[in-house]
Amino acid sequence: MFVRRATSSEATGDENDEAPDQQMTMTSRPSGHVPGAGTTAAAEVEHARSRMLRDQKPRGRTRIGADVVCEALLRQGADVLFGYPGGVILPLYDVFGDYPDLRHVLVRHEQGAAHAADGFARATGHVGVCLGTSGPGATNLVTGLATAQLDSVPVVAITGNVPAALIGKDAFQEIDITGITLPMTKHNYLVRDADELPRVLAEAFHIARTGRPGPVHVDITKDALQQETQAPHPTDGEVSAGLPGFKPTFDGHPRQLKMAAQQIDRAERPVILAGHGILVADAVDELRAFAEKAQIPVAWTLLGVGAIDERHPLAYGFMGMHGWKHVNRAIQSADLLIALGMRFDDRVTGKVSTYAPGAKIVHVDIDPGEIGKNVAVEVPIVGDVGRVIAALRPLVAQRRAEERRAYFDELAAWRRESEASSWHGSGAWRDGLLSADYVVNRLGELTGHEATLVADVGQHQMWLARYAGFRRPNSHLSSGGLGTMGFAVPAAMGAALGRPDHETWAVCGDGGFQMTLQELATLVQDRIPVKIALMDNKKLGMIRQWQEIIYGGNYHSAQMFGPDYLKLCEAYGIPAFKASTPDEVDPAIEAARAVDGPAFVWFEIAEAQNVFPMMPAGKGLSDLIEKWGGADE
Amino acid sequence: MSNQNLSPTPASDPPPRHVPGSGEARRHVLVAVVNNRPGVLNRVSSLMRARQFNIESLAVGHTERPDVSRMTITVRGDDVAVEQVSKQLYRLIDVLKVQDVTGERRIEHELALIKVRATASTRSEIVKIVELYRGRIVDLGADSAIVEATGTEDEIDALVALVGGFGIKEMVRTGIVVMLRGSAAVEVEGLAEAKTEEVS
Repeated sequence: MFVRRATSSEATGDENDEAPDQQMTMTSRPSGHVPGAGTTAAAEVEHARSRMLRDQKPRGRTRIGADVVCEALLRQGADVLFGYPGGVILPLYDVFGDYPDLRHVLVRHEQGAAHAADGFARATGHVGVCLGTSGPGATNLVTGLATAQLDSVPVVAITGNVPAALIGKDAFQEIDITGITLPMTKHNYLVRDADELPRVLAEAFHIARTGRPGPVHVDITKDALQQETQAPHPTDGEVSAGLPGFKPTFDGHPRQLKMAAQQIDRAERPVILAGHGILVADAVDELRAFAEKAQIPVAWTLLGVGAIDERHPLAYGFMGMHGWKHVNRAIQSADLLIALGMRFDDRVTGKVSTYAPGAKIVHVDIDPGEIGKNVAVEVPIVGDVGRVIAALRPLVAQRRAEERRAYFDELAAWRRESEASSWHGSGAWRDGLLSADYVVNRLGELTGHEATLVADVGQHQMWLARYAGFRRPNSHLSSGGLGTMGFAVPAAMGAALGRPDHETWAVCGDGGFQMTLQELATLVQDRIPVKIALMDNKKLGMIRQWQEIIYGGNYHSAQMFGPDYLKLCEAYGIPAFKASTPDEVDPAIEAARAVDGPAFVWFEIAEAQNVFPMMPAGKGLSDLIEKWGGADE
Repeated sequence: MSNQNLSPTPASDPPPRHVPGSGEARRHVLVAVVNNRPGVLNRVSSLMRARQFNIESLAVGHTERPDVSRMTITVRGDDVAVEQVSKQLYRLIDVLKVQDVTGERRIEHELALIKVRATASTRSEIVKIVELYRGRIVDLGADSAIVEATGTEDEIDALVALVGGFGIKEMVRTGIVVMLRGSAAVEVEGLAEAKTEEVS
């Protein structure tokens, strides 16, 4: 019987027994069925196959490939790993006991491992590490790697693979995983020789965190993990010298900086578009200083939430498809956009031909591939966004707020208008149930705007970004580019372990929560103090909204059954609380906060609340829908 | 539904923002210098496919250095789209240098093998045409001949058109390779002297 991710020896035990018999009966062909029998290659295949079946422990404790992996992780300071064992990665698990400084968190599904590594990286700025075995273990990591790729998150994924000689033979749990991860990683490696491991792992971490961060996948054959090696770890200098094709540009070109400064000094209606790059480059202080000197309002993308304290007078708001109306209005009426570490995603621009029609664009990004990709720009600057704005600040003229009085007054009036809209601040009650924006707003307030709030994907993600009130960088984690449902709980797991000094909440819809809820067991087993806020509308809310507005009310598959979440949590041993009325919201949040360890709050929210304003796909930022049908939102 | 226009009274309607890639498409020749490692061709072709860059031809081979290969890629697109091709190629760790040589003085040749129907009566005529195009006959059978020709794409197109009249049984073209004329060269700055062999 084949059991997924059982060790190879267990799973293929029958074959192990049969193989010798089969060879004995084939006396007319003494070499049996081995293709190319008699050749060295065939002998290697046979040898590898028998070793895979027997799963031998390395004799004695000489240094083997698996040791190199552990040493490299420790050298890189990657002391928390999220993983799941399996046949060919077992040699690594076999030596973990010798490295007590490495903390391995056993997840319940490899997708959880990848998201946890991602959440760890987003919360800390350090490389997150996940592990999986070959075949299904590795393919389960893929969604998490793609999530990290689209959001530029430094992750190193390590997978085992079948012994080198079996690669390409469709061996048990063999898949061409480097072929699969190639388009969704920054780089990937297949290592067949333990002597290569020190260099490859050092390169993997270097590539993952340098320049525009991203995931790097290292696939290691089982025999390489077991092979003896004395190969030394390379120095940083050796690593860079070995990568002549990887030389990110960190400093902006002086001529481009000068051009940008001229445009900024000339602009009367400038807007800064702050993206994830500000957080990645740790440039929050530079951004604030620059915005203050030139007196430029700051709008932010979904991943740019937290780039500026939302209470700052120049902090203007969240842009894009479900952004604030006043923010999109400011962008559409701007004469200069200063785009800092963002990539003009279609959720940000809508139809490009009508985007910011009166604006020139200064675009700063460390990845030259982002410049001119989606939007043609007047002043491109390739470089680290922190260094670029630090270099730009002395070049721009000092402004006083009074000089921009008319502009700022108009922006303030638009903001007031926005906040008076039917879709804003609709109160705590909706249709006899809770209003979602009220719940996330209370969550932000009661956690003092200091907690790390990890969003899942959907309506609640947009409400969270708009209404929780973020003040601290990296306190808002969200799967923006890939929009991966099921992200929040495992990513919060990583964030909580990475930043134990911050309270961590996973904010989920009932759809996304049910995608990765198996990680509740991980929270309990590893005592990870993640609090979960479930926004339960018994629907796939964003699907329902699109169906209502774009598909003529055809609500196919939007209705969703969920379990009794209190009983579910009871089964896992997680304290759980339920809030269905406004007066239950604060006590439920406080009760969960008081729990030492994981806790859960089940919020029953209105079933048909829409996220407005909304820019329909294919339309422009000026084409916002603000209400639908008779009901105000 | 309220679809109000949010733009506040611009003095006059500005022209629509330029969408990258919407300009006039023309043929570009790119040279990519890459690490000579297994899988690099796959990385390049996978990227081109994923980003919908249309390759017209791609030729890859060794250089004067054993650890470095060189690809000649022809693509169609406007200048901005082709600039995107090279920027995206630069994101690959194994790509050391990308240069658009479309505007440069260069030698640009490909090689073609063409198997044409050749009977005793047509053979001499075929030989004459082939000589005119500085090609050569590399194989002669009872009823066929293999013509080998090198030259620009246009030259080979012309030869193919001429021998096509005799009947082409089989043809293969390598795609162009290019080299800059004179002392100019596609060079990689700061390439280390020796490099170790890659595992992937």
